[in-house]
Amino acid sequence: MKISFEKRIERSKLSVIMVPVISFILALLSGAIILLSFGVNPLQAYTVMIRGSLGSGYALSETLVKAIPLMLTGLGVSISFRMLFWNIGAEGQLAMGGIAASFVALFLEKFLQPILVLPTMFISAILAGALWGLIPASLKAILGVNEILTTLMMNYIAILLVEYLYLGPWRDPEGYGFPGTAPFPKTAWLPRFTGRIHIGIILAILAATLIWFILNHTKRGYEIRIIGQNPRAARYTGINIGRNILIVMLLSGGLAGIAGMAEVSGIARRLCSGLTVGYGYTAIIVAWLASLNPWGILLIAFLIGGVFVGGDQIQIAMQTPAAVAQVLQGAILFFMLGGTIFSNYRVRIIRGLEKNNPGAEPHG
Amino acid sequence: MDNAFIVSILIITIRAGTSLLYATLGEIFTERAGILNLGVEGIMIMGAATSFSTAYYTNNPWLGLIAAIIVCGFLGLIHAFLTITLRADQVVSGLAMTIFGTGLASFMGQRLGPRGTTLIGLQGPSFDRFPFPLLNHLPILGPSFFNQDILVYILYLLIPILWFFLYKTRPGLKLRAVGENPRASDSMGIDVAKSRYQYTILGAVLIGIAGSHLSLGYLQGWAENITGGRGWIAIALVIFATWNPLRAVLGALLFGGINAIQFRMQAAGTTIPASFLNMMPYIFTILVLVIITWWEAFRKRIGAPSALGLPYVREEKD
Repeated sequence: MKISFEKRIERSKLSVIMVPVISFILALLSGAIILLSFGVNPLQAYTVMIRGSLGSGYALSETLVKAIPLMLTGLGVSISFRMLFWNIGAEGQLAMGGIAASFVALFLEKFLQPILVLPTMFISAILAGALWGLIPASLKAILGVNEILTTLMMNYIAILLVEYLYLGPWRDPEGYGFPGTAPFPKTAWLPRFTGRIHIGIILAILAATLIWFILNHTKRGYEIRIIGQNPRAARYTGINIGRNILIVMLLSGGLAGIAGMAEVSGIARRLCSGLTVGYGYTAIIVAWLASLNPWGILLIAFLIGGVFVGGDQIQIAMQTPAAVAQVLQGAILFFMLGGTIFSNYRVRIIRGLEKNNPGAEPHG
Repeated sequence: MDNAFIVSILIITIRAGTSLLYATLGEIFTERAGILNLGVEGIMIMGAATSFSTAYYTNNPWLGLIAAIIVCGFLGLIHAFLTITLRADQVVSGLAMTIFGTGLASFMGQRLGPRGTTLIGLQGPSFDRFPFPLLNHLPILGPSFFNQDILVYILYLLIPILWFFLYKTRPGLKLRAVGENPRASDSMGIDVAKSRYQYTILGAVLIGIAGSHLSLGYLQGWAENITGGRGWIAIALVIFATWNPLRAVLGALLFGGINAIQFRMQAAGTTIPASFLNMMPYIFTILVLVIITWWEAFRKRIGAPSALGLPYVREEKD
């Protein structure tokens, strides 16, 4: 018996939906085995996770709260992944956005007209995230330095910088030792709809529209897609890859920066621990599960947001570490990756008898 | 600078550099076969978690080491299966491994202590330092290089063996061929897929030993996020080493040295905040990458195996 893979001419449409769904189910199953082996009842754990993330109005709103930064960072990394520029630095770009927005809220607010506070925070966060992304982007564009490693190292640096600021010079002097800055003035609060859902959700939808428009209706988007599909062909047709890297990373980092601003100004309303909880890394999963489609990212971010909230819930209700959520995310991605072969190839099992049949195995 | 000071710096340099070097050597072999494994951070932290928890409950560091080897070898097998058999994207598979591994290790760390508590703060058996007979009498080198734990001594043996294997033996030649030109290797009768499986698993095993040395040798205990980016620094060191095991030694000493300086400055009560000291290895990694990339481009040399990161499918044209 032999398994043969025949390349499909077009990606199977059905598989775009089915592969993530089946991956999700298989990940839950393997997660159950892992939980069982550590003496945790998986049925109980999953019930708590689902109830805690989808089971009530409050649960749903919390899931949406977690989904907002995942949408923004997921959209950000998706556009860089489109051209095979591996921006793993959304976490750091988010952190820098949070720092910039906090700086405006804490130190510039008193010099600004109230109506200008949020826009100033917004623009500074975009700039900070974009500039943080621009460093590895220019290193790649000019010298060809491996962007996976530089964007990652920039994460560690940014996270340490956040910690330094809220534990050091920016620490609230009247906080009785609270590890964080003073609360932001009200003018620096992002308006909320209901629960903790804030206006960041609108920003995320606008961002998805923007990315969709750029990719499908502009020359820039066309170039980005060509680079992603065939860098060599892109170079021959005179596309400036370096310039595209810089532009894409400004956009990608800027979106992560907005996520950082939304977190500090919409949720915590101060700079404190809990800003960098791994949204930037989960963004990679979100983008990939959605096949880099901007609308898909909005949907998947919501589902993975549920996994995040569910993880917190089992920590509270069952004293089981919330890291289960991360294990599940990794497992989903594994199965999704393994499943991609079914969308790109037709898999056929050839029995021993047919081995001599020359038609069974096409040669390229 | 007196000898005692140099010795104390060297001791930390070697202790901190050991796990980096194991991981770097592992990744060099995997990448030489043409497989990029970006899961080093996740595999290494799983090695640290399994070896510490196993050693703690069996009271035997060797069983801990063996557990890490088995678990990490299995993680290597997953990456190999996804990228070689299922032709999945190597970058994304590695990232998935890092997310999965750090998550599972964190889960284990919070769960595997006595009665479902944390492993943090527990003291278990460890690989302790001991003076190596005879050689420990050498001046400076004796008390530093030959006053280490057993995993360090094994590493001293492993470095020349791996170098010799890679450059002076037939299997080593085949390994390099698979990473440079899988199609030609295939037509020469080398089983490309099998060889890639072997070296991906071997690499993961070495990365697992790296994790083991972290929790049983160097830091002797468990801490949340114990690897702290060492896996990623190891991947950077592979580039620095231009895929050569001997140059990897230099890189590991360099980064171990950074750690040692960091420690000394902290101990000496410097006014530089700890956060900035902790940034040093990451900033240094970026600098090293920039310099080495610029230098290699300047010399117009291609260091990376030509087929690195590309799946090999016999039936398809490149």
